[in-house]
Amino acid sequence: MSNLDLTVIDYGIGNLHNVVRALQHCGANVTLIDDASQIKTLPERLVLPGVGAFAGGMREIQNRGFDDLIKRYVCTERPFLGICVGAQMLFDVGEEFGNHSGLGLISGRVKAVPAFSVSSKRHRIPHIGWSCLEAGGLEQTWRNTILDGVNLGAAVYFVHSYAIYPDKQEDQLAMTYYNGIPICAAVRRNNIYGCQFHPERSADVGLQILKSFMLI
Amino acid sequence: MASVRIIGRLDIKGENLIKGIQLEGLRVVGDPNEFALRYYQQGADELVFMDVVASLYQRNNLSEIIKKAADEIYIPITVGGGIRSIDDVHTMLRSGADKVAINTAALARPTLISEVSQRFGSQCMVLSVEAKRRDSGGWEAYTDNGREHTGIDVIEWVRRAVELGAGEVFLTSVDQEGTRKGFDLALIQAVSDSINVPVIVSGGLGKADDVALAVAAGGSAVALADALHWNRLTIGKIKELSKLSGLDMRIL
Repeated sequence: MSNLDLTVIDYGIGNLHNVVRALQHCGANVTLIDDASQIKTLPERLVLPGVGAFAGGMREIQNRGFDDLIKRYVCTERPFLGICVGAQMLFDVGEEFGNHSGLGLISGRVKAVPAFSVSSKRHRIPHIGWSCLEAGGLEQTWRNTILDGVNLGAAVYFVHSYAIYPDKQEDQLAMTYYNGIPICAAVRRNNIYGCQFHPERSADVGLQILKSFMLI
Repeated sequence: MASVRIIGRLDIKGENLIKGIQLEGLRVVGDPNEFALRYYQQGADELVFMDVVASLYQRNNLSEIIKKAADEIYIPITVGGGIRSIDDVHTMLRSGADKVAINTAALARPTLISEVSQRFGSQCMVLSVEAKRRDSGGWEAYTDNGREHTGIDVIEWVRRAVELGAGEVFLTSVDQEGTRKGFDLALIQAVSDSINVPVIVSGGLGKADDVALAVAAGGSAVALADALHWNRLTIGKIKELSKLSGLDMRIL
């Protein structure tokens, strides 16, 4: 096994291929698995991509046995990366189309992006586009994380109507602001990472984040 | 804040990047992949590929172009033209698209919008609208690159499409397209006032100042073709000028 061996969970979602392409571009040897039973030994690195809705995603994760696999995997404390809905599913509960249980690896909820800006104007939902990464929790630095080397204020690509709200500020690795509304952009708990934005679609900044994930 | 997105629009016919005026009088510009890579390197925030003859000839040649683009381009890619079914969407996503833009097939069968957004998420379902001014006021939705009229009112249509699950609207003014006379600002205002999802405006940019006007009218993103293809402007220059006029831009 080398640093570059990486397993990507395929649970039938749309943008999987672009996640794989971006990881390969960064030098990864990607193995795709579409059912947990394909795993004999726990991988060195695991990525859970995601677009679409929380409940549909969780259902597919469970149907394919990935919920147990992910829980076993994180016990190894090896690096894990969830992207967008893949990051949202790390949390306890998702509120999209009713309350649905998530994987519960990071405490907190997934709630709708507030419909009004900080100046109380109705703003556009989904939040689509490039927004800046800013510092997260009080004690989090980006050194030795997936954001190592990323400049404060670097823009990355978001597309979401729901957002992650970690209970503990220490889990918040980065924030962004959508018309003044604070939104958690990235979380970290031990070696579990989640990005609300799409590193695979965030040009050079995003590719750098994926490379950093492979070096952790 | 999400910065104002500057999007490179590439109209495709067969293997070629083409450009017309008011979606007609098509001229070959060059190799679409060469131009796509150039716009990515200039700092485009997204790219949109539109197969302009796909719905006319009932075929779709985009797959190969998209695959090649996806191997070197790491920003969102939207693909439109001739997409009629969940299978078509799946093919485009596998090729490297992040979203699909649907016009003709959605007008013919609006429930396709719900099917696509339920299967792939509303972020994937971009409603493409070709709007043409009516003499009696308002705008009518057209298909097949402004050739076929539908009798459907643009404002009513976008409202319904968003209810059905469209996550974004790609709004082309057939009247302004390729004319360099500026956007149809009344159209942008009317559409963005009637829905809450982001509106990408396309058709008519003559100078960089037009970006600020489109944003003031409610646009979230601006798609450019003609201005870029003939090197009248670069994406970097447009962003620089737009930033000077006070817009939030992602600068490389």
